[in-house]
Amino acid sequence: MSQKKYWKGLEELNETADHQESVANEFKEDLPFDISGGLLEANTPRRDFLKFLGFSTAAAMLAASCEMPVRKAIPYAIKPEDIVPGVPNFYASSFVDGGDYCAVIVKTRDGRPIKVDGNPKSTITNGSSSARVQASVLNLYDKTRLRFPMADGKEAPTFEAIDRTVKEGLAGNTKQVYLLTSTIISPTTKEVIAKFLAKYPTAKHVTYDAISYSGMLLANQESYGKASLPSYHFDKAKTIFSLDADFLGTWLSPIEFAGQYSKGRKVSAKNLTMSRHYQVEPTHTISGAAADLRATCRPSELGAVAIALYGLVTNGTQPSFSNKHLNELLSKAAEDLKKGNGLVVCGSNDKNIQLLVNAINDKIGAVGTTINWAITSNYKQGIDAEMQTLVADMNAGKVGAIFMQDVNPVYDYCESEKFVAGLKQVTLSVSFADRMDETAQQSKIVAPDSHWLESWGDAEPKTGYYSFIQPTIAPLFKTRSFSESLLKWTGETTTYQDFWHQYWMTKLGGQANFDKALQEGIIEPANIAVSGASFTGNVSGAIAAIQQAPKGAPIELVLYPTISIGHGGAWSNNPWLQEMPDPITKATWDNYICMSPKTAKEKFDSELTSITEVVADKKQATIKWKNKELTLPIVVVPGMHNDVVAVAFGYGRDKGVGRAAASGVDKDGKSIGGKNAYPFVSFNTVAQTFSYNNSEITIEKTNSTHEVAITQTHHSYEGRPIIHEYTLEEFSKDPEVLLKERYAEIGHYTTKPWEHHEAPKEGFDPNMDEKFREEGTLYPNYDKEPRNEGIHWGMSIDLNTCTGCAACVIACQAENNISVVGKTHVLKAHEMHWLRIDRYFSGNPNDPDSVQTVFQPMMCQHCDNAPCENVCPVNATSHSNEGLNQMTYNRCIGTKYCANNCPYKVRHFNWMDWNGADCFDDNLYEDDRRDDMNDDLTRMVLNPDVTVRSRGVMEKCSFCVQRLQAAKLDAKKDGNPLKDGAARTACQQACASNSIKFGNANDPESEIYKIRHSEDKERMFYVLEQLHVLPNVNYLAKIRNTDKVIAGDKKEDLMMNQSKLIS
Amino acid sequence: MAESRVNAEKYFFENVYKLSILCCSFAMFSSKRNVNFNLFPVPDKNMLLFRKIVKSALSLIVILLLSNFSAAAAPDGKAIFQSNCASCHNPLKDATGPHLQGVDGRVPSKEWIHNWVHNSAGVIASGDKYANDLFNKWGKTAMTAFPNLSNEEIDAVVTYVNSVKAPVAVAATAGAETKEEGNDWLYPLITIGLLALAVILWRVNQGLRRVVAAKEGQPIMKSIPFYRNKIVVALFAIVLFIGAGFFIVNGGINMGRQQNYKPEQPIFYSHAVHAGINQINCLYCHAGAEKSRQAMIPSSNICMNCHKGISEYTGATDHPLVNEEGKKIDGTAEIKKLYDYAGWDPTKKEYRRDAQGNILATPIKWTKIHNLPDHVYFNHSQHVAVGKVQCQQCHGPIQDMDEVYQFSPLSMGWCVNCHRQTNVQFENNNYYSIFQKYHEELKSGKRTGVTVEELGGAECQKCHY
Repeated sequence: MSQKKYWKGLEELNETADHQESVANEFKEDLPFDISGGLLEANTPRRDFLKFLGFSTAAAMLAASCEMPVRKAIPYAIKPEDIVPGVPNFYASSFVDGGDYCAVIVKTRDGRPIKVDGNPKSTITNGSSSARVQASVLNLYDKTRLRFPMADGKEAPTFEAIDRTVKEGLAGNTKQVYLLTSTIISPTTKEVIAKFLAKYPTAKHVTYDAISYSGMLLANQESYGKASLPSYHFDKAKTIFSLDADFLGTWLSPIEFAGQYSKGRKVSAKNLTMSRHYQVEPTHTISGAAADLRATCRPSELGAVAIALYGLVTNGTQPSFSNKHLNELLSKAAEDLKKGNGLVVCGSNDKNIQLLVNAINDKIGAVGTTINWAITSNYKQGIDAEMQTLVADMNAGKVGAIFMQDVNPVYDYCESEKFVAGLKQVTLSVSFADRMDETAQQSKIVAPDSHWLESWGDAEPKTGYYSFIQPTIAPLFKTRSFSESLLKWTGETTTYQDFWHQYWMTKLGGQANFDKALQEGIIEPANIAVSGASFTGNVSGAIAAIQQAPKGAPIELVLYPTISIGHGGAWSNNPWLQEMPDPITKATWDNYICMSPKTAKEKFDSELTSITEVVADKKQATIKWKNKELTLPIVVVPGMHNDVVAVAFGYGRDKGVGRAAASGVDKDGKSIGGKNAYPFVSFNTVAQTFSYNNSEITIEKTNSTHEVAITQTHHSYEGRPIIHEYTLEEFSKDPEVLLKERYAEIGHYTTKPWEHHEAPKEGFDPNMDEKFREEGTLYPNYDKEPRNEGIHWGMSIDLNTCTGCAACVIACQAENNISVVGKTHVLKAHEMHWLRIDRYFSGNPNDPDSVQTVFQPMMCQHCDNAPCENVCPVNATSHSNEGLNQMTYNRCIGTKYCANNCPYKVRHFNWMDWNGADCFDDNLYEDDRRDDMNDDLTRMVLNPDVTVRSRGVMEKCSFCVQRLQAAKLDAKKDGNPLKDGAARTACQQACASNSIKFGNANDPESEIYKIRHSEDKERMFYVLEQLHVLPNVNYLAKIRNTDKVIAGDKKEDLMMNQSKLIS
Repeated sequence: MAESRVNAEKYFFENVYKLSILCCSFAMFSSKRNVNFNLFPVPDKNMLLFRKIVKSALSLIVILLLSNFSAAAAPDGKAIFQSNCASCHNPLKDATGPHLQGVDGRVPSKEWIHNWVHNSAGVIASGDKYANDLFNKWGKTAMTAFPNLSNEEIDAVVTYVNSVKAPVAVAATAGAETKEEGNDWLYPLITIGLLALAVILWRVNQGLRRVVAAKEGQPIMKSIPFYRNKIVVALFAIVLFIGAGFFIVNGGINMGRQQNYKPEQPIFYSHAVHAGINQINCLYCHAGAEKSRQAMIPSSNICMNCHKGISEYTGATDHPLVNEEGKKIDGTAEIKKLYDYAGWDPTKKEYRRDAQGNILATPIKWTKIHNLPDHVYFNHSQHVAVGKVQCQQCHGPIQDMDEVYQFSPLSMGWCVNCHRQTNVQFENNNYYSIFQKYHEELKSGKRTGVTVEELGGAECQKCHY
C-alpha cells in the first residue's frame, strides 16, 4: 500500500506556501544577523564580530579561571541502614488519583523519589503506566503545595489548633454534616469514614467525580441490581465496539485496557488473527485512531446509535442514519458481535444509553465472557444526584459542616456559583486540598493532605485486589493525610498508620504475610473468578426516554478530559503534562475548540489560520450557552464530525493552583492558560446524570486570534514514506508483501556497485538486510567486526499496538531530565522531547469517516552509519561499539550541523539556558509559566545519573544509556552474561500496550533478535532505510483488521489541491 | 602485596629514570673531557657518584624484589587479617579487641583459637574459663564469628600477626628514601656552574679577540649590543612565543584540576594511623566503593564502632601527628571532636539523646578533595568490585598520608590512559563470555589480554551521559 498518502496536517496535504517555507527552513526563526546589504552594512559587521569574539573569549577565560570553589562532602551523621548513597532503592506503592489506579514501583535516590514506574507484579496494570502516573512525581515537588494548614485564609499555627476548631465546630453542630470526596478505593479510609459517620449521626458521605460515571452505575443498578462497575476483558474480545468510549486514552482504566487490548492486536505472519475494533464517536480520540473501522455521529445521536445497534443484534432492523457509512459500519459490527466474544462499551454518562449497551452486551453473550461481574471495579462511585442534593441543601441553609477531600467543585462543578453561594452559608467548611485551589480559597479551614508518595495507605481497585501505598519520603511540609485528620476528628487516639497497620495485620494474619504484601505492593486472588449477571433492565423504557430527548442544535459541543491533564486537579500545574503534545491535536499549554476542517473553512473563514498547523495564530470562536460564553482558538482536527466542536477540561485555572496552570493575561497582554469548560456541563434531569455533551450551544466566529503551540509540523520528512500499513486481508493473502516492497527499494544496492546486476526482480532476498548493509555504500564497512561481538542494542516499535498515549514521552522526560521550554519556545519549535509521537492522517479531510490516523513514536534511531556523526566538526557525536549514537554534551559547541543532517529530525538544540546548568549568572531563561521547574524544590526530581544540559548544546535520545550501563554493571558484579530484559529503556517500561521492545540484537535468545529474524520479520521495516543510515530502531507495520480500506488508498480520494478541499 | 608491588615498580622506574639522566650527563662530560677539559675535576666526582647510585639502586631493586618474594610466603595471612580482623584488632596494640601478636602463646591451645574465631559466643557459652575472663575484660562485647575461615587461614593470620614489626622500620625506610633524593641539588648546581663557565669563556674569548685585533691594527668595530642583534631578537621572540604558548596552553588544560590539593579538614583524621599503622581495611569505612558510584565517606556512627573504646591517641611517640603548617596535632583532642559530632558522652560512655531517643549527632562537613566535573560519570564499584583496581592506584599511598591530598590529576587523559593500558578481568568474569572472538584469541595465544579500551572503554558515553 505504498501509494497511500499520509499527511501530518492539512498544510502538508495541500502543499501550502507556509508549509513549504517551514520545511525549507530547518530552524524556525531567522538568525539574529541581517546580512541583506552585504557584510559591511550588516547589523553585526566584521568589527562587531571581532569585538564579540574578543569579549566572549575574555569572558570565558574570566569565568573559567576563577578559583575552584571549595566543595563540602557531608556524610550522614547516622546512616540509615538501607540507604547506600548513589544506589537507588525501589519501593512498591500505588498511584491513586480519585479512582484512577496504577500499581507502581517508586525509585528513590538518597531518600528522594525520582521516578514512578509500573509494578510488574500487578495483573491489573502489568507494570505499565500512563503519562499522568509518570508525571505524578513532579507533583510531589510542586512549589505551590501548601506548606502548613490554613484557617480563615491565614497560616494556622499547628494542626492541633485546627483540630480544636473542627472538633468544637462539630460538637456544637445540629445541622447536616457532609463529607464530600472523590471516589475512594481505600478500604481503611472507608473504615475511617464509617467511624466518622458513626460518631456524627447527621453526617453523610457523598462521592462526587469531576468526570462522572454515574450513568453506568445507575444503569448497572437497574440492569443487574448492583450500582458498581464490572471488570472488562478486552483481551478476550474478538469484536470490540466502542460507542464514544476512549478506553485507550481516558475512559475508566486506560492503562489496564490498553494492555488487554494490545494482546488481541498482536498479529504476525504465523498468527493472522486479531480482534476487530469498531468505533463510533463524535470527536477524534486515540481509540478512534486505533480502530479498524470508524464512523462519526453527533453526540445527540449516541442514543440513536445504541438503539440501532440493539435493533441489529436483536431482530436485524437495518439502521437508517443519513450517514451511509455509519449504517454500513453498524450492520457489519452487529454481524461480528453476534459471532460471540464481543464487547460493547460506551462513554456516555446517560443512564438510558448505558442501559441499552448493557442490553446489547447481554444479547451478544458478552456478560460472563468479556464482561466479568464476579470481580467488580471500584474505579468510580460518584452518584451525580447526591451532589445535586448537597448543593440544594447547602443553599437551603441545612448544612452545618462540609469536608471536601480531593474534590474541587468550585472549579469543576457545572453550577459553580451556586456551590459557592451554598458554601458561604456553611459554618464549618474544611478542604483537604494540597494547594489554595478554587475550593480551598472559599473554605474556612484548609488541612492539606500529604502527597501519596509521603503517606501510608491502600487501595482496592477491584474486589479482592489489594494494593498498598507506602511513604517513600517523609512529608516535605506540615501536611497530614486525610485519613489521619478524619481519625483525629472522630476522637480516636490511634494514628492512621497504626490503624492501617492493625487492619492489615489482622486481615493478612501475621507479620510475615504483611511484610511480603508490603514488599510486593499487591495482593491478588489466586484464582480469577468469572461470572455473568442476569439482565433485568427495562429496555423499552430506556429507548422511549432516549427518543424523547431533544434534537441537537446545528453545532453541538463535546467536553472531554485530555490524556495529559484529565479532569484538572493538580495536574493542571504539572509543566511536563502541560507541555505534552495532545496525541491527536499535538497542541500544548492551552485548550481550544476542536473542529473539523470542513466546518472551520466553510463556517469560520479560518482556512488561513486554524486550518494549518504551521501558522500558530488561530482564529477564535465564541461558544454561547445560556448566559455563559467561552472564546477559544479553533484548532482543526480531521476526523471530527462536521457538526461537532470539542473543548477540553482542566484549563482556565485560578492562579492559586500554580504558575503553570494559571489562566488570565500575561505581562504582554496575551491570554494564557485556556478557559474553563466545566460551566458547559449540564445536569440531565431525566437521566439524573451530568451530561458532558451540550447540544444547545450556539457558536459565533470572531475576528480575534490566539496563538496555539502545535508541535506536529516542527520536524518534517518532506513527504518521504515512513509508514507501512496494510489491511489484515492484504497481509493474510501475502505476508511477504512488505519484504517485497522493501526489496524493490533496496534490492538494487545489495550487490557491489561495480558488479553486473539487474534491477531487482519480483520477490525478495532473505539476506537482503546483510547484503544491503555491506554493499549499499561505497565506503568500507568499518564496524563489521565489533558489530557481531558483545552487545549491539536494538529497539523495535510495533505500530499496530501503539496507541499514541504518550506515557513514553513523559517517562523519557522524567528519566532523562528533559527541559520544559514553555509555550513561547514551543511556538518556535524548540521543544526538547527526546521522544516524540508523530501523528499521521490519511484519507479525505472533508469526510471524517474516511480519516485514519497512525501514531509513530520517533526518537534517535542510533544509526550505525549515522549522518550526524560525520558532520560534527568536534567529534561530539560518535558511535559506540554497542551501536549507540553517543552525544557528548561537554564536547558540543553547538554548530547544529548534526541536526541539519539528521533525516529523522530527532536532535534538539538547547536554545536557552532552560535550567541553570550554565556557569554564567543571569542567563537563565524565564517565561513565568514554566519557571517553577527551576525551583530548588522542583529540581529534586532530577535524575542524578543524567547530566543537566546547558545552553548551546545538542541533545537527543541516548537509549537511556545510564540504565544500560547500570544493567551491565550489575551483570558484571554478579559475574553473569547480561540477561535479556535486564536493561530496559524508560519508554519501554512505561508502555501500556507493550509496543516497545529493547535488547541486545546480537543475542539470538533475545526478544529483539527473534522479532527481527523470525517472529515478526514480515512486518519489520526501518524508516528511510534506503538512505543506508542503518538505524538500530525498527518498526513493525500497522495492520488494520478490515477487508477494505475505507479511504485513502486511491489518488482521487486524496485532497491534493485547494479547490477539492473546499468542495 | 599488590601495594608493595606497585611501590617496587615505582622505585624501579624512578631509578631507571635517574639512571638514564646520569648516563646522558656522563656521556656529555666524558666526550668534552676528551677534547679540552682534562683538568676539570667534576666528571670524576660525578663518575664516582654515579657508580654509587647505580650500586645503591641495583641493591635497592634486589632488596625490593626479595622483600616482595618474602612477603609472598605468607600471602593469605595479611590479606585475611586486613579484610576481616583489622577493623577491631591491631597486631601490636590493643584496639576494640586485644592486640594479636603472640596470641598463640596467650591462649590455652591452637584449637581454642580456631573455635573462638569460628564461634566465640559458643566458646563463652561452653563455660570456658579463659574465654569468659576475656569476655569480661573486654566489656562483655563478643567477637564477631567468622565461621567461613578455615583453620589454615586462621593459622596464617596468627603467623602474620607474629611477623609484624613495630613501625620504626617504616620510618627508617622513609628516611633512606629521602636521603636518596637528597642528591637532587647537585644537578642544578652543576648546570649553573657550567653556564657560568661558558659565559666566562665567551667573554675571555671576546677579550682575547679584541686584544688580537688591536695588536694587528685592525679597526675595532663598534659592535652592536647582542640584545639588539636581529637574530637574537628573533630567537628571543620565538622562544618567548613558544614558552608563553606552552605555559598558557598547559595552564588552560590544567584549569579546574587540583592535583596535590590538600585542604584542612574539620577533624585531623589520619589515614596513616588508621589504614597504615592499624591496618583497617579501606572498605570497612568506605563500604560504598564496592556497591555504589560513591565510595561513601563514613557516617560518624561507623567511626564510633571502634572509637567507643578508643578515646585517646597513644601513638604520638611512634607516629607524631604534624599538620601541613608544621603544627603538632593532639590526636586525643581530635577524637574529642569526633565525640562532639557523634553525640557521644565519653565520661558516661553513652550517646546523648533527645526526648524522642534520637542520637544528637551532627554530620561532619569534610572538605571534598576529589572533585569531578558534573558531566563525568564515575562509578567506584565498577573499578573496585569488577575491575579489581586497588584504591592506591588512583588515590596514591593513602596509607601513608596523615592529611589526604589528591594524588592523581583526575584528568581525562589520565583516565583514558589507564583504560588503554589496563586489562579487564576477562577470564574470571562470566559476563565477558559473550566476547567469543577475544576468548578464542586468548586461547590461541594471539593476545595476552583484552584492554578496557578494546571493549569500548574509551568511548565518550562510558563516562559522559
